[in-house]
This record gives sequence, C-alpha cells and structure tokens, in this order.
Amino acid sequence: MPDNTGFLPLTWPDMLLMAPELLLGVGFIALVVLDLFLPRRISRSWIGGLTLASLLGAALLVWLRMNEMNVGAGDAGVLSLLGDSYRIDDFGSLMKLIFLLGTALVVLLGLGTASRDDAITDKGEYYYLLLPAAIGAMAMASSANLVTLYIGLELMSMTSYVLVAMRRRNDRSAEAAFKYVVTGSISSAFILFGMSYLYGVTGSVQLSGIGQALPMAVENYEAFVYVGFGMMLAGFGVKVAAAPFHAWSLDVYQGAPTPVAAFLTVVSKGATLAVVLRILYSTGLFAAIDASGKGVGDDMFFAVLLVAAIAMLVGTLAALRQLNVKRLLALSGVANAGYLLVPIGLSITMVHSNNVTELIFYLAAYLLMTIGAFAVLTVVSRAVGHDELRGFAGMYYRAPWTAAAMVIFLLSLAGLPISGGFFGKLFILLGAANAKAYWIVAAMVLSSVISYYFYFGFIRQMFMRGGSEERITIPPAIGIVIWFCAAGTLILGVYPELLVEGIDAVFSFQGDLMNVE
Amino acid sequence: MSILSDIPVLSILLLLPVLGLLVLLLIPKNRHRAITAVAVVATLLPIVLSLWLYTDFDKQQGGATYREDAVWLEVPVNHEWTQEADIIFSFDYSLGIDGLSLPLLLLTTVVTAMAALAAIHVKKRRKAFYAWFLLLEAGMLGVFMARDLFLFFIFFEITLVAAYFLIGIWGYYNRERTANQFLIYNGIGSALMLIAFVLLVNTAGFRMEETARGLEMIYSGSYADILRNLADPNAWVNLPGAAAGGTNPFEMSGGMAWTIFVLLLIGFGIKLPIFPFHTWMLKVHAEAPPAVVMIHSGILLKMGAYGFIRFGLLLFPEQAREWAVALATLGLINLLYGAVLAFRQTEFKLVLAYSSISHMGIVLLGLAAFNEIGLQGAIVQLVSHGFISALLFLIVGSLYERTGTTELPALGGLARSMPFMSGMLLAAGLASLGLPGLSGFVGELLSLLGLFESMRWVTAAAVLGIILTAAYMLRSVLGITFGERREEHAALRDARFVEALPMIVLLAFIVLLGCYPSVLTDTVGVSVEGFMDQLFATRSGG
Repeated sequence: MPDNTGFLPLTWPDMLLMAPELLLGVGFIALVVLDLFLPRRISRSWIGGLTLASLLGAALLVWLRMNEMNVGAGDAGVLSLLGDSYRIDDFGSLMKLIFLLGTALVVLLGLGTASRDDAITDKGEYYYLLLPAAIGAMAMASSANLVTLYIGLELMSMTSYVLVAMRRRNDRSAEAAFKYVVTGSISSAFILFGMSYLYGVTGSVQLSGIGQALPMAVENYEAFVYVGFGMMLAGFGVKVAAAPFHAWSLDVYQGAPTPVAAFLTVVSKGATLAVVLRILYSTGLFAAIDASGKGVGDDMFFAVLLVAAIAMLVGTLAALRQLNVKRLLALSGVANAGYLLVPIGLSITMVHSNNVTELIFYLAAYLLMTIGAFAVLTVVSRAVGHDELRGFAGMYYRAPWTAAAMVIFLLSLAGLPISGGFFGKLFILLGAANAKAYWIVAAMVLSSVISYYFYFGFIRQMFMRGGSEERITIPPAIGIVIWFCAAGTLILGVYPELLVEGIDAVFSFQGDLMNVE
Repeated sequence: MSILSDIPVLSILLLLPVLGLLVLLLIPKNRHRAITAVAVVATLLPIVLSLWLYTDFDKQQGGATYREDAVWLEVPVNHEWTQEADIIFSFDYSLGIDGLSLPLLLLTTVVTAMAALAAIHVKKRRKAFYAWFLLLEAGMLGVFMARDLFLFFIFFEITLVAAYFLIGIWGYYNRERTANQFLIYNGIGSALMLIAFVLLVNTAGFRMEETARGLEMIYSGSYADILRNLADPNAWVNLPGAAAGGTNPFEMSGGMAWTIFVLLLIGFGIKLPIFPFHTWMLKVHAEAPPAVVMIHSGILLKMGAYGFIRFGLLLFPEQAREWAVALATLGLINLLYGAVLAFRQTEFKLVLAYSSISHMGIVLLGLAAFNEIGLQGAIVQLVSHGFISALLFLIVGSLYERTGTTELPALGGLARSMPFMSGMLLAAGLASLGLPGLSGFVGELLSLLGLFESMRWVTAAAVLGIILTAAYMLRSVLGITFGERREEHAALRDARFVEALPMIVLLAFIVLLGCYPSVLTDTVGVSVEGFMDQLFATRSGG
C-alpha cells in the first residue's frame, strides 16, 4: 500500500462515515455561538443539556454504523477513509461508545455540581469543551496513521488542559492546569520523538505501512526500532498515568473540578490505551523477530507488562497512606491503568486471543465504578466542604442509599464479588495465566489485596465512624449517575455475559485490528 | 428417589437466607421485634432443610441426586485464530454435597440459627446487623456446597465482606483495627487461593466436548473435572481428538503441582489458622460481638480446614502425603502452643481463642495421619469443635451481658447465682477437654488413633497437649463457676428462655455426637472410603 503523501479531500461519503465526530463538531461550534449570544440570566445548564444531547446523538450514530457493518454473518470488515488514515471498525466503534458514555456521565456530573460551584466562572464552556475532547478521543480510537493519532491526542489533551483550569477562582486549579500542560507537553514530545524514529526506519506514518517495512527495519536498524517504540510507550505511559510516569496525576486530579478528573481517569486513559493497542497490533509488531530469532515484539510486550506491574504496585502502595479522596482515586487510577495494560501487554497466542474483550470489559467496568465513586465524592465534598477521606464519616446516617451504592463501587474497585470489577479482573487473570505470564498474575492479585486496605477505609468512615447527622440531599443529575453506575456495576457482576457476548458478536481480531483484508 | 431430588434443594437452601435478607430490607428499621422474628425464622428454615438432607443422604449413601449444574457464562478465549476448535472459559453454577460437606452444612445451619437467637443482645442498628448476618450465612452455605472453583471463591469472599462489616460495626472497643486485620490476613489467604485456582483451571480444568458448535476445548473450574484429571494422569488420552496430538494438554508439571499445593496450604492455613498466621484470629475472638464469634469460631475457621481438605488433600494427595510429617509438626505446634498459651491467659475469651488454635491442631494431626480413621477424626473434630466453641461463646456472651467482664480474676462463684449457665459452661468445658460421652472425645480419639498407626511418637507428644487442655479448661471454668463470689455478682439472674434454648440445642448435638458418633461417622465415611480407595488404587499402583 503506497503512502498518500498529498492531502486528500474529505468527500461526501467520507463525511457520512464520520457523522458521529462531525455531529459533535457542529454541536460544539453551535454551542460556542449560543453561549456568546445567550443572555447572562439564562442558566448555562441548557448548554449542558444540549452537550449531553449531542453526545448521545453521536453514540446513537456510532451504534447504528456498528450494527450496519455487522449485518449478516462473516467478517465485518473495515471502512477506511482519507487514504486509510482513519478506520471505521468494530474495535474503534466499541471504544467510541465507551468514551461517549463516559463523557455523557461526566456532563451529567457537571450539571449536578457546576451550578453551585462559584469557582467556575464560565459555566457554558465547562460543558461544551468536553465535545472537542470527546472528538479527540474518538479520533484516537479510529486512527490508523501516526499523524491522525497525534492530532486526536493533542485535541483531547489541549481541551483537557483548559478544562482542568476551569475553576478560575481557585489557586489549585490553576496550579494543576499548569502542571498538566508541562507534563502533557513532555509526554507529547516523547511520543513525537518515538514516532520520528519509527518514520525514519520504516519510511511511513501509516500503521500498515510501518508494519510492512518493520521486518526490514528490524533487520537493519534494530536499536532504532527499540528507541522508537520505547519512547512512544513512555509518552503514552504519561497519558494513561501508569507508574513510573504518574506523578502529575495526583496534583492535577486534586485541582481539577471533580467531573473533569473523572473524564481524565476514564476517557483520556481509555483513548490512550486504545492507541497503544492499535500501534502494537496494527504494525504487526507482535510477530517481529530479529535475525537471531529473538522476538522484538516480545520485548516490547514485556515492557508493557513491566509498566503494568509497576503501576499496580506503586499505585496501591502509595494509596495506603493517602487521605485525600481525589488523590486516592488518582492513585487507584494508576493501579487500574496497570490492570488495563495487562491484556494489551499479553500479546496473543494460539490459545489465547481475547485480549481486546478483556480490555473492553474491564474498561467498561472501570468506567462505571470510577465515575460512580467520583459522583459520590461530588455529593460528599459539597456537603462537608473538602475532599478529605474523613468527610465520608457517618455517610450511613447521612445518606444510607448513597453509602450502599458507594459500597458497590468500592467492592468493584477492590475486585470483590459480586461486581463488574471482579469479573473484569478475573478475565484478565485467566488470560494472563493462559498466556503463562504467571508473574503478572501474582502482581495483580497481590496489589488487589493491598488495595483492600484503602478501599475499605471508605467503608470504615461511612459505616463505622459517626459524624454530622444532617441528611445529604443529592441533586437529581448526580443521583442518575450514581444509580446508573451502581446498576451497571451489579449487572456486569451478575450477568457479565451480556457485555462479553456483545463484544464478541461484533469484534474480530483479524478483521478489526490487524490488516488482514 | 425422594421428592427432594426433583426440586433444586441446594439452591433453595442457599436462597432461604437471601430471601430472609430481602424481606428484612422491607421492614422499617424501628420495628425491632419484626426484624428479629424474620431473621430467626430465616435461619431456622435452613436447619429443617439441612436435617432433611442429612437423613435422606444416609438412606441413599450418596449425594449425587442433589447435584445442580448450570452454565453461568462462557467466555471465548480465542477469536478465529484456530479454525478447527473453539476454546472457551466456562463459569459454572454448580452445587453438590457429599459426606464431607453435609455435616459442615448441618453445623452451619444450626450454629447460625443459635447465633441469630444469641444476637438479641445487639442493641444498635439491628436491621443492618441481621442483614449482614443473613448474607454471611448464605456465603457460608455456598462455600460448603459449591462445586466450582470460582463459585467457591465468590462465596468465600462474600463471607469475608459480611464478616468485616459485622466485626467492624458491632464489635467491642478495638473493632475497627480488628476488622482491618481480619480483612488483610484473610484477603492474603484468599489471594493465594485465587492464584492457585487460576493455575488449576488453566491446567487440570481442561476438557473437550463435542457440542452443536463442533469440538470445543473448555477451561472450567468444575471440581469434578479437575479431580478426575488430576487423579488419573492418563485421562487426556480419552479426549476426542487427543490421540492425533499426542501431548497432554493439562501440562501439570511436578513443580506446578507443588506450587499449587503450597499456595493452597498457606491460603487455607491462614484461615484455619496454622501457627504463625493466627494473630488476627485472637483479635477477632476478643473484639467481635458474641454472636459473630460463635460463627467465626464455630464455622468460619472450619471453612479453612474444609478448603484445605477438599482442594489441598483431595486434589493433591501425593504432595500432602510427602508432607505428612510437616503437617503433623504444624498440628503439634498448634496443639501445644495453643494449650500452653491458653493456660497463661487471664481473659476467658483469649483462653477460648487459644483453645481453638489448639483444637485445630488436632484436625491437622488427623489429616497428617493419612488414613481413613485419621481423616474421619479430623472431620468429626471439625464438627464437634464447631458446636462446642459456639456453645462456649454463647455462654461468654451472656456472662458479659450480665457482669460486663470476661476477665477470670473478676469472675468467680457464679454457680450460686446462675446454676443453669454454670452447668452449661461446665458441660461445654468438659466436652472441649474431651470427656468421653461428649463429642470432643470422639474427634480427638479418632484423630489420634489414626495418627498412632502412622506416627507413634507424634501421637505420644500430642497426648501431652490433651492433658494441658484439661488443665487450662478446668482452671478457667472452675474459676468462673466456683470459688469466692463477688458481691456485685450476687444478684445476677440466670439464663432467660431465649438464651437457654440455643444452649440446650447445642449441648444436645454435642451429647448426640458423643454418644452416637456413628450418626456422623457413617456419613463422613461414605466420602472418605472412596477417597482412600481411589488414592491407593490409582496413585500407588500406577
């Protein structure tokens, strides 16, 4: 496949294929204009509502496209556009559905909190800036070209920088945004540096083109291939907040508005993971071996697993002494980045190739439990005025049902039955054992046990400590988020086949991820 | 065939406490009487069902008719990578009973119901207490019935979470720290167990099946499959299509088998508890509310022993036999350490906690004997100690309710003001030290008898532990009931009817097992005989 060096115009059929992304783009521009001309006295919640509507509309379009592509038996195939730099395939569509759902829940969270948060001055922006961030995440999930991928990443990152700084009257928010800009830029630099090496040795920015040239490149420039992939891994490691590249996440989450922190933990992380998976598989790296027969791919996969193991252990160990809930959830996000990296790093074998199902399942479970926990946090921190763990004291008396929902999220985060988190972790564990990576099994189980301590720290506060007896009222928007997430977590815990079958019905490894045509 | 075999009895047994839990949630929380009534009824009904199962089982000499199997979910592991066969992970909802689990099931239902009655002392948040309590019962029943590794694990973790809440909210002064320690120790235990299970499923949990979708390779946690594959190293030859490949797909190397065995030994050893891992359990005995200690000491510790027998001993008999001396040593350490430390305690609850460690040592000794009598003795000891310690802690709870202390120096001469409870305490103490005619004697006798066949000197040393048991038990029990009476204890009232009833029921079981041990040994024997036959036929022979 020759590289298309010139720019290709976007044709009408292409636009139809990109309808979900375009809908969000149009919605974004419309909302910017609307926000400008809407009189001040009109509540910006309307803009939040419209943002929500366009996200759900985009999700519907993605869903329809995915269904249309999977009519009848056989391989769903791939629709590629713009010179095969953008792919509409089932992997991308599944990921997009997760991102859109996550972003929609974040908007709902914002609707429940922003109107009462005086530190947020631009309440309209707070909602519609999530749209370009979502477009970026979707572009990342669909890209088959390093440049497209980078543009998607930057679109998502740039808007996130602004979103983190949204609480303009709060010093921490500004500090967090600045730290995020600096670290984010460094990670972008790493990624670009790695990409440039890959381009240098393969002569292509297309993932498929890189794949074709990779055997030759490995033969002649093995060290450069390592540097290229290694640098990219480090850069993406920063974006998913996997240890040892996670230090930024604590300050950023703490300073950012809680819904934005939820967006960063779930959507931003998920999109980056999708990209890592695509790069490792679409370039055929997993099959690359050098002249001596040593697997270059194996080394890279091992590196991913190593980062995963470090992230799990560092995340859980550091969280043991953490008393600020946002920082605690940031560290929990570090550990979970580790769990999510495991199916990516396992590579595929003859007997075990459902890595993507494991990844998507755990990502969905992670989305529900984390956004649920953040939703409870918004309620609690508004009632007590801070984000410390002791703010949860006496939740049993103040809001018993919300405390019960939080128990579900915590059990799921700790990987205890009956919850989506339990099955998600179990699937990954079984996969790892099936691929004979026993050490990662041990690391996962060990870090899960350590994590009991701080997840149950919430339960200690909520059920065993007394506090104010005053009832906490829950805004309806947040109530919807909490109960949607709790119900989803329970359903995934009792009937996980629902999602597993859904994924398996549409996703095919060779058709969707590899470039087998 | 009985009518019981046509309906899913085991599922109903499992669902009764869950049903009670749901009804409980509908009752307003200030209706204390209604809440207690629902909880007690929800724990009494399982007794009826388990007694029925127990008698029916004896007639049939086997529990095969009760098996319930259903596929919970299937996860494909490969995606059009290999065209000729599909590989899937299968999670099964599979319940069953045999001579090993049935007595423990009966123990669970009886002790839980008695503990539910004893929990009338609970004052705060009664509705939540009984809700967690019923969830705990469902978890324990599930543990003893599950015949799928992951199902077992799920129930095991449910008991962990429920017990965490019960200890942490309703315990004494140091409850939070105790609950944490309980959680972390048991969390580590179940983590090791989970690793072992994942390894087992990926090796011996393999089978091939001709289904409508063609030849399928299935990894599952089915206990029956794993047992069969491990017991017969040549089982894979009979797989459809295996002859062509010519390699054993289970790939259970010696190192792997040993790894799994050791993981299981430590994992369940923490729960049992085996000597260096016992500190959490002392705290729980001292800090948890009496009703929960009854369950903890009476049933939860037994889950550790049960798990080790079912998964460690029955799946890996060769490894266990090679380590028989080590097991015996661990048992001896438990027995003597527990006995000596129990002798030194001044707090009655700690005397009983160390006594539990000591009695669990006898279970290990029975297992280490590696013959039918020893194994039978170990199981009898489990059941018997379950009843005895439940009775002892029931009395301790009632004593604490009245005197506000369980320190031995602060108690004495209670026989005059509370003749009934003192009598019960004496009877329980005598049962615990192994007086013939009471159940403790049977368990100890059988265990040591079995051990005498294989390791005489260990048995001789173990007898020392029995003597010590008599010494510390009599010291503390007599100290409480006789001796000088304290002025402030003169006006104490004896047991009320709701307190006396569970004591009588538990003592009745202790006497029954002591006088007619065949009620229990016959049932246990059904499963034990099969195990030993199979062990010596397939392993030693070929």
